Amino acid sequence: MEIVDRVLAGDRRALARVVTLIENGAPEARAILAALHLRGGHAHIVGFTGSPGAGKSTLVTQLVRELRRREQRVGVVAVDPSSPFTGGAILGDRIRMQELAGDPNVFIRSMASRGSLGGLAASTRDVVRALDAASYDTIVIETVGAGQAEVEIVRAAQSVVVVTVPGMGDDIQAIKAGILEIADIFVVNKADRPGADQTAAELRMLMSLDTHRAERQWKPPIIKTIAANGEGVPALADALANHQRFLAESGQLASRRGQQARSEILALLNQALLDRLRAAVAPAEWDQLVEEVIARRTDPYSAAAILARRVGLNVEG
Amino acid sequence: MTEQTAERKIRVLVAKPGLDGHDRGAKVIARALRDAGMEVIYTGIRQTPTMIVEAAIQEDVDAILMSILSGAHMALFPKVMDSLRQNGVDDVLVLAGGILPDEDIPAIEALGIRGNFGPGTPMQSIIDFVRANVHTERLTRALSPLGGLSGESSGATPGESAGTSAGAGASGQTAG
Ligand code: B12
Ligand SMILES: Nc1nc2c(ncn2[C@@H]2O[C@H](COP(=O)(O)OP(=O)(O)O)[C@@H](O)[C@H]2O)c(=O)[nH]1
Ligand SMILES: [Mg+2]
Repeated sequence: MEIVDRVLAGDRRALARVVTLIENGAPEARAILAALHLRGGHAHIVGFTGSPGAGKSTLVTQLVRELRRREQRVGVVAVDPSSPFTGGAILGDRIRMQELAGDPNVFIRSMASRGSLGGLAASTRDVVRALDAASYDTIVIETVGAGQAEVEIVRAAQSVVVVTVPGMGDDIQAIKAGILEIADIFVVNKADRPGADQTAAELRMLMSLDTHRAERQWKPPIIKTIAANGEGVPALADALANHQRFLAESGQLASRRGQQARSEILALLNQALLDRLRAAVAPAEWDQLVEEVIARRTDPYSAAAILARRVGLNVEG
Repeated sequence: MTEQTAERKIRVLVAKPGLDGHDRGAKVIARALRDAGMEVIYTGIRQTPTMIVEAAIQEDVDAILMSILSGAHMALFPKVMDSLRQNGVDDVLVLAGGILPDEDIPAIEALGIRGNFGPGTPMQSIIDFVRANVHTERLTRALSPLGGLSGESSGATPGESAGTSAGAGASGQTAG
């Protein structure tokens, strides 16, 4: 395919177009992705999550600058929420990143979440796949930043950076409620504000309570940064390089990849089955079954079994 | 993979070229287009032509909306349009608004910039103009080669890209 060749050859417009086709679920995207997948697997994929306003976009911008000093080519995928009412979105992460524009070795793409929960868009992983094939050394994903529910990033990234700021009790609460487990690196950003050391100490304390940490063999470093002026960013880049090395040497990269591939295949199978189901069952028929369940003339298990039989599956009713 | 992803979204870039700090209009437009269901990339003030063109390319937008009230439009618009052309971008609707004196409108339109809406333009007419004029078929067409100068022209058909067509919306409207 011509467009695939152009992506592989480093044509930014071709890459941008491929991303659009992926986002829109265009029919040709599947074959393009299949071809691109075979050419990827080299990038270090890094996720940034944390509350809105924590400084993720600013920090990502500084990290990209640092990685450029280290002569890496860098891709960025920044996800912002779509309005649930209109489907529209204002994608503003680029405001902070515009200073990177004009560097041919940096590619930045904003994505709207388009109805997905969990901090990413449904197609974010495929977009990363395209950037990976286009030979970016590091690909940074910035999540929506909704806090607690953002565990999707674990399935998309190899190294997850959780960004917090000093003096946000709520933030630490959110970390307790699930983000602690997903962090490979903690950043306390806005360290120019009072309380950064205390926040770092609280994080250290919380980590000591995490009983699964030992199994993972990796102790997440806690790094203080001032994204506004770049302080601490080289240390962050070093920590990411360390984690990348750790993943490779410990065998965890292979196992993460295995899990990710497995879940992708499963998701595609799910989707294929649902598509077949949708094609096989008329909406009216579907509605009628729902009615029957509500009226308690039948139950959800039997209803599902009836539907499954329509696509040739035998499910216990 | 949800139903919502399998649709064509209009993506637009709202850009503030130059040193102009008047960003109210740009922000109002960004919000209105979002509320009309579009995905709006807003890059903030102080954008160079390179920043605008790079953002438009990487984000693969359907339209670029430049808002400028400072009077520097004739210094900036030609650079943006040149750079787009040099990069082979021939299928993106470019429109402008803000304080654009009537006497400059013909020159602006000759660059291929459409719209040219002034103060007091109702949001709905901007939304309608974008919807009516983006090249909706651009995603199904082969991408023109980099540089856009060689090879067969797979880009916009002459009528579409000319942009000099009179009556391109509210040309020179300066109510208020
Ligand atoms: C508010 C204002 C300011 C505010 C701006 C606040 C802000 N953050 O935006 C402040 C006080 C900071 C300011 C400062 C200055 N201002 Co002033 N300002 C205005 C004023 C009164 C209104 C602008 C405004 O916000 N309108 C409301 C918004 C919603 O409307 P809008 O931007 O026009 O956008 C609408 C349309 O134009 C259109 N539109 C706009 N952009 C686009 C883009 C596209 C693609 C489309 C389709 C449509 C579109 O759609 C919008 C909705 O209808 C205008 C006068 C005027 N009546 O326009 C002067 C005006 C723009 N300012 C002017 C000047 C000179 C200045 C200063 C240089 C003054 C000084 N000497 O310090 C500074 C420069 C600041 C800077 N850094 O650039 C002049 C510009 C003269 C010129 N171009 O020749 C004006 C025209 C006043 C005048 N008559 O002299 N200003
Ligand atoms: N004081 C201070 N402000 C910062 C720092 N990093 C980012 N900010 C500011 O925090 C605000 C939000 O930053 P942004 O990067 O958009 O956060 P995001 O929503 O997490 O992507 C902006 O106004 C930044 O300028 C920092 O280290 N110190
Ligand atoms: Mg951000």
